Amino acid sequence: MADAVPVVKLEGVRKAYGTGTPVEVEVLHGIDLELQRGEFVALTGPSGSGKSTLLNIIGLLDRPTAGRLLISGRETGRLNDTELTQLRGHSIGFIFQTHCLISAFTALENVMMPQLVASEFPNDAIRARAEELLDQVGLTRWKDNLSSNMSGGQQQRVAIARSLAMNPVLILADEPTGNLDTKSADGALDLMRQVNRDHGTTFLIVTHSMDIAHRCDRIIDVVDGQIVN
Amino acid sequence: MQTLFIITGVSIGVAVIVFMSALLSGLQANFIKRVLTSSPHIQLIPADEIARPLRGGAGIIEAAIVQRPAQRLRSIDQWQKVRAQLQTWPDITNVSPSVSAAALAVRGAASRSISLTGIDPEVYFNIVPLPDYIVAGQPRLTSDDIIIGLDLGIDLGVTVGDKLTLTSATGASRVMTISGLFDLGNKGANKRVAYVALRTAQTLSNLAGGVTSIDLTVRDVYAAETIAQAVETATGVQADSWIKTNAQFFTAVNAQQTSNTMIRLFVGLSVAFGIASVLVVSVIQRSRDIGILRAMGTSQGQILRIFLLQGALLGFAGSLIGSALGGGTLVYWHNALRQADGSEIFPLILEPQLFISAMVLAALTGVAAAAVPAMRAAQLDPVVAIRG
Repeated sequence: MADAVPVVKLEGVRKAYGTGTPVEVEVLHGIDLELQRGEFVALTGPSGSGKSTLLNIIGLLDRPTAGRLLISGRETGRLNDTELTQLRGHSIGFIFQTHCLISAFTALENVMMPQLVASEFPNDAIRARAEELLDQVGLTRWKDNLSSNMSGGQQQRVAIARSLAMNPVLILADEPTGNLDTKSADGALDLMRQVNRDHGTTFLIVTHSMDIAHRCDRIIDVVDGQIVN
Repeated sequence: MQTLFIITGVSIGVAVIVFMSALLSGLQANFIKRVLTSSPHIQLIPADEIARPLRGGAGIIEAAIVQRPAQRLRSIDQWQKVRAQLQTWPDITNVSPSVSAAALAVRGAASRSISLTGIDPEVYFNIVPLPDYIVAGQPRLTSDDIIIGLDLGIDLGVTVGDKLTLTSATGASRVMTISGLFDLGNKGANKRVAYVALRTAQTLSNLAGGVTSIDLTVRDVYAAETIAQAVETATGVQADSWIKTNAQFFTAVNAQQTSNTMIRLFVGLSVAFGIASVLVVSVIQRSRDIGILRAMGTSQGQILRIFLLQGALLGFAGSLIGSALGGGTLVYWHNALRQADGSEIFPLILEPQLFISAMVLAALTGVAAAAVPAMRAAQLDPVVAIRG
């Protein structure tokens, strides 16, 4: 049975750009959505439909123009930037299409980064946690490689390990397999599924691929800024 | 590569500042030393005699044209009291009464006009270190001794132990024994200056018990004018500081200091803009990384601190190398450039405060220069930054 408190709850969320100008454009028109703990959800829709905007709002990287957003029952509308940053750092993990690793750092350092940001000083526990996560994604051998020297599939696995570093309740993945070959894409998706089962982490995956969408528990289809399915 | 270039730039800037500051300090100290080794910091002299217009009654001037009287040689009124008073001042280090008068030095058919100074050697030598300039004989001044310049000795054909006759402007005459010859490094002074004991000069000048000036030295040479004014107020005797009597020289020193400050300011500004431009480029290049860090929970304050710290470190690292470079160049110049006699052109003054202040200022300049790029980095929209 799902938790009573949803991990994500959106009520009438709207997002407009250029507010108050002649070129005001509303890209999200009153989104209502709930994601329960342990769900593995695909977010699909054509380009420009508002998927990424919705993902950024749920990831607290952007603020809605109107409506409410609750993360694990916590109202986010009145939080200031610092509180939002803290909530994001501790509750939400990100996996981006282009991996978004810091190229000057090794795989291990990239995975340690979220914990270092939270504690500011490195310690053995942070290192041990990062090594454990790299082991989970099968990259122990490559932990000291610079991320720029790794293959696309390996980089995506490092990104998955990094997203787990703070043990978040929610992981947002923006086209996580978009730049990977079929085999690497399958591997990455299997890995995310495994994390979802093992840790009960909620996943929201933005994808254009219906194949990937069909491997998720639920598909949310966004068209012209509205959930249609 | 960028970091290397900017640290090199900062280093050169700091090196220029350190080099110029230390060089100018040395040169100024040398100039001041040269000016002050042959003269007191403050000289007390009797006020000029003035003639008052002849009055026939209140508001009635009978003789409108007043001729300035000739200034006869006079003693400072109650000079012993003035001396005792000034000896208690903490700012004043030496108080030396003296008598200055014109005289003729005669040896056979040769005679030369000289500037005769009667001194109390024990105190006066603290002001003008005459013993250091003695090249023959001793700095001894009993009542019949005279110390003359090397060139006067050559002109008169005399040396240590020889006698010469001194004739003062009052007509008094006395035979003196040359106890020492000095070389002040100035031919004019070596030809004209001669020292005798205070009492001898008093007798020759017909100023029994009087002195024509009181020479002072002070702890802070730059405060000489302020102290001179205070002395004048307290004693009623005219007090001229070296700053007043060497006004042109002091103006030149001030102009040099001002130009040095301006050069430092502009070099500092160019260093600051250099750091700022590198950091602006750095923020643009790393905007994606900044976006990732922001997405992972790095606060705006943390991003701000990272770039401010980077600015401070660039400034500090550059100042370390620049201080070594500037100091090293100065030491090299100091050793390489010598006067004809092998002595130094300027004293080497490398004070730790100069390096400490250069490093602190460079680090602060780095922080100030990093402020704008750091704020720009902190305000980056993570969504935009990650998308590139």
